[in-house]
Amino acid sequence: MNAGARRATHRFHFHTRLILLELTGRRARNLKELLEGIREVPESVIYHHTHHFLQQHLYLSPEPPNDFSYWVREALDEDVLAERLSSIDTCEFNDIESLRTAIAEVIEVHLKNGEDLRKAPPGEEFNFIKAVTFILPTRYQATTLQEFADAIQKVTINSLYFHIFEARLRLGRTGNDFSRWLEDSLGEVEIAQKIARLDPYTHTLEGLRKKIRSYLEGGPKT
Amino acid sequence: MPLIGDYEPIVGPDVITELKLLAEKLSGKVIQNVNSTAVGGGVAEILNRMIPLLKEVGVNARWDVIKGGEKFFEVTKKIHNALHNRAVTISKEEYEMFVETNRMNADEMELCGDIIFIHDPQPIGLIEHRKEIGKNWIWRCHVDFSSPDPVVWNFLKPYVERYDIAVFSAPSFARQLNIRQVLIAPSIDPLSDKNKELPEATINELLDRFGIDRERPIITQISRFDYLKDPTGVIDMYKMVKKHNDCQLVLAGGGTTDDPEGENVLAEVREKAGSDPDIFILHLAPASDIEINALQRASSVVLQKSLREGFGLTVSEALWKAKPVVASAVGGIPLQITHKYSGLLSYTLEGTAYWVRQLLNSPEYGKKLGENGREHIQQNFLLTRHLRDYMLMFLSLREYERDIFQF
Repeated sequence: MNAGARRATHRFHFHTRLILLELTGRRARNLKELLEGIREVPESVIYHHTHHFLQQHLYLSPEPPNDFSYWVREALDEDVLAERLSSIDTCEFNDIESLRTAIAEVIEVHLKNGEDLRKAPPGEEFNFIKAVTFILPTRYQATTLQEFADAIQKVTINSLYFHIFEARLRLGRTGNDFSRWLEDSLGEVEIAQKIARLDPYTHTLEGLRKKIRSYLEGGPKT
Repeated sequence: MPLIGDYEPIVGPDVITELKLLAEKLSGKVIQNVNSTAVGGGVAEILNRMIPLLKEVGVNARWDVIKGGEKFFEVTKKIHNALHNRAVTISKEEYEMFVETNRMNADEMELCGDIIFIHDPQPIGLIEHRKEIGKNWIWRCHVDFSSPDPVVWNFLKPYVERYDIAVFSAPSFARQLNIRQVLIAPSIDPLSDKNKELPEATINELLDRFGIDRERPIITQISRFDYLKDPTGVIDMYKMVKKHNDCQLVLAGGGTTDDPEGENVLAEVREKAGSDPDIFILHLAPASDIEINALQRASSVVLQKSLREGFGLTVSEALWKAKPVVASAVGGIPLQITHKYSGLLSYTLEGTAYWVRQLLNSPEYGKKLGENGREHIQQNFLLTRHLRDYMLMFLSLREYERDIFQF
């Protein structure tokens, strides 16, 4: 039997996710207010400001890694802090709470070092925005490696985004959905691990699609 | 009128599939839109395109327009200006007339939607009938709300806070409110007469009709004749450019039925232009979309030198045509233009003149800005994205405080 046609114990159903943005009405004019906001806003706000760039600029990589870093550089002219914030490895965190803590700690240390409180010019305040996520099933499903590879080629980048980032960080699943299914339902441990090792934050979404596709085409386990 | 499938070659099949998927979830819901004018202005333009598409994908959308006399629209114009932080005085009688006209409309209008979707301040008072009608109410603010006049805002705020959701076009418009605030940018329709591709022959023919020379540089600002668009400032700017570069200036726009101020502005602009044969002031009829399309496509540089902007969709229109744009950094314009990447942002008349001259002298740079701009509009400011956001918002009314909806 062709290994690419081996059937999984469970069918993989591709989902997509769409985002509605909500304004919190909360603004920060300086680092102290930014820190207070980061500590207090809902997880969905932290999620938005650390992830939306991945989708809004589909073709550019590398990208500014989070809005906090971008604002600190552009509006406050704090280049050193901006670099520290941008070098936080988002990939290391399994949930938004620990990412929030890491970002807050970097700003706290900076403030404790007695840096002056620069103020953003009028109109350039930081606006805290929340992402409301809608998860919907698509028509794409897979029970074999071949079907899975075909679907990866066809699904929207919204769908890729959901299974790689959102399912882990917002629904509390372990790892990314693709690796889990490939390993648990199809026994494709090697491909699953390759995908799990990818740093999705340093690729564009189309780049990620290409990379995953190349792992799948590397051949099924025989 | 285009069908939803006609957008597929532009936005791709997946976008259309997602729209249909969302529409299925809204099946059976009636969405009733209410605004103050059926023709002219950005709101009517968007509703004209959006309602048929929503219907086609299976959402029962309808559209009603409130009635009001000349005096009512004078007051609403004052409110509009005050929200844009211009000094105005609104008398007690004028406020009362505003409230009374809203009451009269609420009595006469059949408010029957599952979701009642009110656009802009003019019909905001219809919410007073919420108790009798129930259902969900959304208020869509299309104007620049970054620094509203406090007196007028205090008058409007109690109305706004009776809605379920307020919708704003840019993050800087958010207020401290006790209701949800959703961020939805407006959009342009790539298949409308204003934005569709035009044959060169059509563009030439229309420009000939206006007497504009296509062989010489053309600087254009398209907008209704309104102080907030600073048309006289644009003429000053043109004179600065003209000292060094040969060029023509086109100021073109129409009026709306809810804007009584336009005639005065037009007269001032004509006076300022004097007898300069290279300044073309075109007061266009409401249905002049092909003319606007042709003027934008024939332009060397497109301007939007507004003092305030609800959003400034003329910027998206020009960028969609891959034109270099110089625009004020107000309202939603910075969302459409990343400075020196997809256009140029300016703060002063002198700055605007400087950037216009740069573009006239370096057409290759302008070409690159235009190309980047078109891609940005394709990703973020087309009608299909707007439809998707509205449908997501309607679906979000199912449960008030949820951050994740799974279907």
